[in-house]
Amino acid sequence: MNDFQFHRPASLAEVFDLLESYGGDARLMAGGTALVQQMKQRLAQPGHVVSLGGLRQTPGLASIDAAADYHGAVRIGALCTHRQVETSPVVQRQIPLLAHAFRQVATPRIRNMATAGGGLVHGDPNQDPPPALIALGASVILTSAKGQRTLPVEQLFVDYFETAVRPGEVLTGILAPPLPPGAGAAYLKFLPRTADDYATVSVAVVITPGRNNTCQDVRIALGSVGMTPVHATQAESRLRGQPMTQDTLRACADAVAEEIDPLDDYRGSAGYKREMAQVFTRRALNQALAAAGQPGRPG
Amino acid sequence: MTYSLDVDCLTSIRHFEGRGSYFGSSEIMAVSDMNQTIHLRVNGAGHQLEVPARRLLVDCLRYDLGLTGTKEGCSVGVCGACTVLIDGQMAASCITLAVAVDGAEITTIEGLAQDGRLHPVQQAFIDYGGFQCGICTPGQVMAAKALLDINPHPSEAEVREWMMGNLCRCTGYYKILESVVNALGSKPEATPGGSSLDSGESRNDGVG
Ligand SMILES: Cc1cc2nc3c(=O)[nH]c(=O)nc-3n(C[C@H](O)[C@H](O)[C@H](O)COP(=O)(O)OP(=O)(O)OC[C@H]3O[C@@H](n4cnc5c(N)ncnc54)[C@H](O)[C@@H]3O)c2cc1C
Ligand code: FES
Ligand code: FES
Repeated sequence: MNDFQFHRPASLAEVFDLLESYGGDARLMAGGTALVQQMKQRLAQPGHVVSLGGLRQTPGLASIDAAADYHGAVRIGALCTHRQVETSPVVQRQIPLLAHAFRQVATPRIRNMATAGGGLVHGDPNQDPPPALIALGASVILTSAKGQRTLPVEQLFVDYFETAVRPGEVLTGILAPPLPPGAGAAYLKFLPRTADDYATVSVAVVITPGRNNTCQDVRIALGSVGMTPVHATQAESRLRGQPMTQDTLRACADAVAEEIDPLDDYRGSAGYKREMAQVFTRRALNQALAAAGQPGRPG
Repeated sequence: MTYSLDVDCLTSIRHFEGRGSYFGSSEIMAVSDMNQTIHLRVNGAGHQLEVPARRLLVDCLRYDLGLTGTKEGCSVGVCGACTVLIDGQMAASCITLAVAVDGAEITTIEGLAQDGRLHPVQQAFIDYGGFQCGICTPGQVMAAKALLDINPHPSEAEVREWMMGNLCRCTGYYKILESVVNALGSKPEATPGGSSLDSGESRNDGVG
């Protein structure tokens, strides 16, 4: 690991000052589970590491609340650990999909250390929370010395390990809306190797059945199928407004193949992942429908 | 000191760098290293240390403090051999910077036995044969302690989930599972003779 200077500011204002002073030579560190590894491998060689560890007492940064001004959404502070999200009674009650997705990450030890914000800015397309957050329609709050903006999670991921976070910005929170009334959700992580592995493919689905067994709305997002997590909007449009039969569900699931571009790696060939993406999307659709109390009618 | 780059280059470099005091050479810690003063409470004892920012907690414990009970297996957060408690939370010391835990309370395997008496988890690993070669054992015991601190009588399923990140090449896991499930005497009838587990004595870590 390269030598660097370690800073542990006690306020966001100091964080912004340090980011301003050191520019591209500075890297933020939250749980450090990703950054320390990248530094060990010299994939990252910052001259200045700015720890967010001293900010856990900053209001909202390490807490989870269902604030009234967020229209029913749950606000997850960026410094909450994965384990905090997974065990939060608010998240478990209001957005069980999210508690489940965070619980699929690595092992309890890593989840104790890794933060929700650090996980998103890491930008690895194989991670578990992003597909669930995209399917929910969640957004992130990005704060800088100049102010604050919110961005839908799907727009956060720009390329392989690259996000839309601008220099000087800190991801301060995640806004996760509850499911629409009557909707069902599922997150499936295909793990053919070991229980603590990254997914070979993963799929999150949120589906809202309408009248007469039609699909009022559906959101589908996948992980491990390309350079970024993928929001499968075209597959969704195959099902939205259509009657839900096993045929239409299958057509929708098969359509995800057009929107993904998996990488060959030791978790599977691109072709295998493409097939598994279809299989797991179909399963996730059925599971989400079952959760909504309307299992897909055999067609 | 020579090492060949045709082995795992990154690993060699990492070990070369991380083990400055071990090799006893000042060249190894580059002179430009910016040392920082940190304070750690390790197993109840306060330490003030001068460490470079890149010092990993596992190296700090092993080489700066001589606490070699904490092992390093994978160096990438997967195997659990390096598990310690940081302010009571189980963490991987191989991917934690020592400077990042300045001011924290660290518990290592050396801190579990009190006054010559093994911690109930340690005793259970002996009573139930929870280890063979022993390299993973400090990590297993620390992970088990972290679980029992928050859940004194976990089910087997809970132990399995909690301990999934502690790999063992020897035991086949069943003996470890048995050790943890029985550590606090939750199944006294299954306790082998000679164990003090069901003697009703309270734990020495403030729980239960
Ligand atoms: C052994 C292991 C197994 C894993 N398995 C899985 C898995 O199965 N599924 C999965 O989803 N993930 C997995 N991961 C990845 C894990 O989720 C990430 O390492 C973790 O979430 C990163 O969070 P962190 O707080 O440690 O981030 P850090 O390492 O501190 O930072 C990560 C990146 O985000 C930046 N950053 C951090 N916080 C902020 C912020 N608030 N604002 C702006 N930028 C910020 C940093 O500069 C850095 O670039 C695994 C990791 C390990 C080590
Ligand atoms: S050595 Fe730290 S987890 Fe393997
Ligand atoms: S006892 Fe040998 S690795 Fe676990």
